[in-house]
Amino acid sequence: MANTTTSLAPARATKEPEAGALVARGRKRRYTLLTRQDKILIALMVGVPLALDLILIWGPTLASVVLSFTNWQGIGAVTGKNFVGFKNYQFLFTGYTLFWPAFTHNLIWLAWLTFVATPLGMFFAVLLDRDMRGTRIYQSVFFLPVVLSLVVVGFIWELQYAPTDGFINNAFGLVKSGRLIDWLGNPHINLFAILVAASWRHVGYIMILYLAGLKSVDPSLREAARVDGATEVQTFFRVVLPVMAPINVIIVVVTAIEALRAFDIAFIINQGKNGLELLSILITNNSISEASLVGFGSAIAVILLLISLVPIVAFLSRVMRTLA
Amino acid sequence: MSAVAGAAPRAVTSRSASRRIKPGRLILHVFLIALVAAWLFPLFWAVYSSLRTLSDTIQNGYVSWPTQGLSFINYQTVWTQAEIPYYYLNTLVIVVPGVIFTLLLASMVAFCCTQFSWRFNLIVLMLFTAGNLLPPQVIIVPLYWIYLNTPVAMLGSIDIGNFSFALFSDNNLLYDQYIGIILIHVVFQTGFATFVLSNYMKTITKEITESALVDGANVFRIWWSVVLPLCRPALAAMATLLFTFMYNDFFWALILISHGNKRPITSALNNLQGEFFVNNNLVAAGALLACIPPIIVYILLQKQFVAGLTLGSTKG
Repeated sequence: MANTTTSLAPARATKEPEAGALVARGRKRRYTLLTRQDKILIALMVGVPLALDLILIWGPTLASVVLSFTNWQGIGAVTGKNFVGFKNYQFLFTGYTLFWPAFTHNLIWLAWLTFVATPLGMFFAVLLDRDMRGTRIYQSVFFLPVVLSLVVVGFIWELQYAPTDGFINNAFGLVKSGRLIDWLGNPHINLFAILVAASWRHVGYIMILYLAGLKSVDPSLREAARVDGATEVQTFFRVVLPVMAPINVIIVVVTAIEALRAFDIAFIINQGKNGLELLSILITNNSISEASLVGFGSAIAVILLLISLVPIVAFLSRVMRTLA
Repeated sequence: MSAVAGAAPRAVTSRSASRRIKPGRLILHVFLIALVAAWLFPLFWAVYSSLRTLSDTIQNGYVSWPTQGLSFINYQTVWTQAEIPYYYLNTLVIVVPGVIFTLLLASMVAFCCTQFSWRFNLIVLMLFTAGNLLPPQVIIVPLYWIYLNTPVAMLGSIDIGNFSFALFSDNNLLYDQYIGIILIHVVFQTGFATFVLSNYMKTITKEITESALVDGANVFRIWWSVVLPLCRPALAAMATLLFTFMYNDFFWALILISHGNKRPITSALNNLQGEFFVNNNLVAAGALLACIPPIIVYILLQKQFVAGLTLGSTKG
């Protein structure tokens, strides 16, 4: 898709020498077509959304960092006396018993999506990326869960997992034999139970992204590989996959961000307790609830922010090359 | 490429292609159909459970044939007792303005950043894109404080039956207001929409904008009557996707709205869970009612939906 579109746009001239000037460009002569009114309009059209973005997204991000060094409880002004240095972080790492479990759960989430759900989505995409009867129907089915909210996904899977009334325990005779498995209540397995549910949705998402990528691979490459006698598996791993490198990066980033954002499904199952602790849930539980440990909650938010910056920077460095 | 050729001797292709392909295809179809069945099963199970009466499932268990027939009684119960239509309305008044304002703001930024060269346009695009990638929980603590401390005018309300849409607040705050949820959706999703629309608008030649400028149109006019019509496919795709994103949002309304009766349907499910969804049959009916609108949108606008997702992610 990226390749077909660039040919439509005129080649970009060399970088603007005079900084800040709003200059529309002719082929050889340079002249500015913009009137003063136009410049003001552009400033407004960018400025208003930008101001909102800075006030409601980036401002709070920075505020979270600042607040993480305080013991502020959300009431009154933050004064010099509120600053406590790294105390919140110290307590987080050494005294707060829920932090490392939550951190580990986020890591497991990430690992599961990266090594199970995402490869499965890629596999589905490869299977369906061919001239085949019914391929669109298959795609539609695998993609269907993607349009559901994770809350609804949680409800639908509760019907599978419920101890006495759920499908799984009944179908495997565990109810009759009295060896009930409490899929969502047992802290050793409930994380994996909801990961299966979350994957139900994630796989279709990755499949669609990857299918779009596969369609953009030049068919003559595959043809050449086929003529050279490569099997389908060889063609995929040695020809298609390397060509898809840019999309692979995006897939990895999307996967990482999904894993870090995980919140809804754990919250709907049991408010993120008893084996389902996640960083995102600890943040809200500590700072929004009655406890109102704003400074402490912010410290967890900063940890989540720092981890999130890895995929975000990877994504930006990847895509901004094409936007530039 | 040469490695591929070396690894696969000629013999592989000379095995009769026509005879090989057909059994292969058959196995593939069998495999895919099995997967499809597995994939649809949780949804099928929810539909099945929702159609059975409680007495039937008590008598026979959930994994059983229905002896008392199937009925829509659970849907009726949830629809009336849990007041599902009311929550649909909550969602509607948030999602419709949310999608419209997001598309307006995002297309303005994308237009200005792609059609004109200025010093910071790339940085602006990065700020918007990166902002949308942050986990919402990272910003929630200060945002919550902002919502509790921003005065908003109380100018009455639009009332439809027992539903009341406050203009613009009924407690002088952004907190616990429809307008507050609309605002955060618009700001958060503008990041994503700007990124996708910029990718799309890059493909529009700048000469169109230039010649319109020569003809004396101002930039606002060019955005509205020249560039936006050209972006119709991308806008349709984004509208579909944004609708689903906002419809499916759980987190913002959970934290930024305190009255359960103001929550849109997806967030309201959390409260309804304990109060009305007292058995699996009702849980199933409630969950399915809550996901019918996005499923309808998906069935009608699947192409737009998929285009919206892939426009944003396969570029690059």
